[in-house]
Amino acid sequence: MSQRTSIEQATVEIKTSNKGVFPYRFEYNPHKKTNSFIVPIVSTIVALILCAIFIVINGMNPLTVYGKMVQGAFGSSFGISETLLKATPLLLCALGVGIAYRISIWNIGAEGQFILGAIGATAVTIFLPNLPGPLYIPLMVVAGIIFGGLWGLFTAIPRTYFRVNELITSLMLNYVALLLLDYLVFEPWRDPEGFNFPGTPLFTPFQMLATIGGTRLNQGLIIAVVAVSVFTFLLAKTKWGYELRLLGANPTAAAYSGIKVNKHILLVMMISGGLAGLAGSIEVSGVAHRLMYGISPGYGYTAIIVAWLAKLNPFAMIFTSIFIGGLIVGGYSVQTIGLPSSMSLMLQGAILLCLIAGEMLSKFRLRKATGEE
Amino acid sequence: MKKVLGIFMILLLFMLAACSQGTTKTSESAKTEEKSEETTGEATETEEKELPKVAFVYIGVPGDGGWTYEHDQARKLVDETFGITSTTVENVPEGPDAERVIEELAQDHDIIFTTSFGYMDPTFNVAQKYPEVLFMHATGYKTAENMGTYQGRGYQPAYLAGIAAGMLSLNNKIGYVGAFPLPEVIYTINAFTLGAQSVNPDAEVSVVWSNTWFDPTTERQAAVSLLDQGVDVLANYQDSPAGIQAAAERGVWGMGNDSDMNEYAPETYVTNPILNWGPYYVDVVQSVIDETWKSEAVFYGFKEGMVELAPFGKNVPQEVQDAVEAKKKEIVDGTFDIFKGPIYDQAGNIKINDGETLADPDILSMNWFVKGVKGTIPAE
Repeated sequence: MSQRTSIEQATVEIKTSNKGVFPYRFEYNPHKKTNSFIVPIVSTIVALILCAIFIVINGMNPLTVYGKMVQGAFGSSFGISETLLKATPLLLCALGVGIAYRISIWNIGAEGQFILGAIGATAVTIFLPNLPGPLYIPLMVVAGIIFGGLWGLFTAIPRTYFRVNELITSLMLNYVALLLLDYLVFEPWRDPEGFNFPGTPLFTPFQMLATIGGTRLNQGLIIAVVAVSVFTFLLAKTKWGYELRLLGANPTAAAYSGIKVNKHILLVMMISGGLAGLAGSIEVSGVAHRLMYGISPGYGYTAIIVAWLAKLNPFAMIFTSIFIGGLIVGGYSVQTIGLPSSMSLMLQGAILLCLIAGEMLSKFRLRKATGEE
Repeated sequence: MKKVLGIFMILLLFMLAACSQGTTKTSESAKTEEKSEETTGEATETEEKELPKVAFVYIGVPGDGGWTYEHDQARKLVDETFGITSTTVENVPEGPDAERVIEELAQDHDIIFTTSFGYMDPTFNVAQKYPEVLFMHATGYKTAENMGTYQGRGYQPAYLAGIAAGMLSLNNKIGYVGAFPLPEVIYTINAFTLGAQSVNPDAEVSVVWSNTWFDPTTERQAAVSLLDQGVDVLANYQDSPAGIQAAAERGVWGMGNDSDMNEYAPETYVTNPILNWGPYYVDVVQSVIDETWKSEAVFYGFKEGMVELAPFGKNVPQEVQDAVEAKKKEIVDGTFDIFKGPIYDQAGNIKINDGETLADPDILSMNWFVKGVKGTIPAE
């Protein structure tokens, strides 16, 4: 609530200061019903037109470029499988941060929790080299969830008991995780046969997730879709889901009605971190097949966008994660027709920026300033 | 509502795809027309032989002024020589993303050059899946039926750069920013140090690792950490000239790697090894056209023209230039071998016995620093 009032106050100030200088004013209405499919479409089109200008300046046909982007990401079974492969970690991390955002816990540490999950899964392969083969995958998945969950707890405990802002701790822990990863792959876990390349030895076949039909797509996608279904159900149909909704709507009222706020925060942060950790363990066992430097190209951060584009709805995250995954895969594909990489990054950035800005701006209305209110 | 949105988006995408396919086709046919016009003159030579489709995967951007720049110059030479337009994909991270990019290229290309050490396993995996496509991986050690590897003897010009550094240093403190503790970086630093010691036995080379090939901000920080220790010559095994520029700001002699970086710090630039891939790339593509290509592990030096020494900066004294040129002659005509014993490691143990020389496999897997290097290779 306090957030909302502060925004309203800010809008009032804008109104008064604009009077007389600019004959129109913006009116903010957070409750305004917007047409939920017009906004993203208009935003995407605006982004495409903006980028088209730069593409033309670069001497290429924008339609060719956009067509190649779509074709690269969705135009063949290879493209689709690679897009889904990119979407898997994004979906799991988005699910994780989304659950935390529902109760206004601003976890931006999915990147670190993802890395810890990858480290956890790899630890199984390093410290238990002689297990019976079929045990590896379940153990690696569980280790990933536990490592990620504990990393989430490092943020949750100071938050609940010492009121430390979780935005700062979760962000800072990302860097700690990154340095821990670098330490492990540069020193103790480095492949002794790898000519000092910063990565562990390749996993054995038992430590890799099975792939689907000759592509790199693996069981991780199925795990992710199951996770989405489970959480959609839990949030909609259980007492826990109800309490979370109450907590998200009004924490003070929830506390008065007997809901244990601290317990919920601890649990939610563990789940949030655990899901990102699960994504990390799937990335090493399913795709990279080793722990190496730069294991995450920013999945934990991109997932925040995926979650917000889906308005925190787990089911909608399936589509937004595929959309963003396609944007990344297609972004590389357009390079094959001669577009520099900076241009494809700009394209991705412009689409995201316009989508988010469109969402925000749709809550405003332009009105002629009459001087009365 | 979500469904309607989804359907609309898909329709929109299909429309875009449909439009663009039309345009790509026309542009391609236009290209082939141009090509046929150009090549009619020499059509008798290449007679209907279809030219191979070539692709390059880069770790950085051609504008890095170093490693990727040199590969892109070589790519341009290939394009000019054969009248083709090869495909490039830049800024590709080593790891899973690289495998996707390489596989996508393998679907419609004949030769793919993957130009960073970390592309080795992705290249190898894709090579297994696409036996009819040829893969050339730079600086690795894995080969396959359809995958070759190549590397320049960068230690030869590095030794010469070391001579210059040893003569220029007044306080005997030389700095070296290394990218990763890989053998290619280690043997370059070792040769550089041996070169410096050959003219200045008290010279010491302090090494810091940046853990990145191409990230000007980090490269600069690493360089500054050495400059703060008071080094008066700074060398960099990095893709960008950021370290040279940092040195120039303090009036310290600077050297890079891979490419002539004179223009970035004209007052304080010394020289550095250049990797010249162009002639080799042309040979590779020619051998594919002639159907004589075979999988090899190539390790070429001055003699074959794969490595060079950059032109000296304008303020490098003539006596330094003369000393370097004299040694260069000995290396080129084979009378001088850089890794010839006695050579000691950092702890003072003899690594190469008196009179013995190091074989190529031992150079390519070098994992120890010579005496006089201050710095560590991450331990097992």
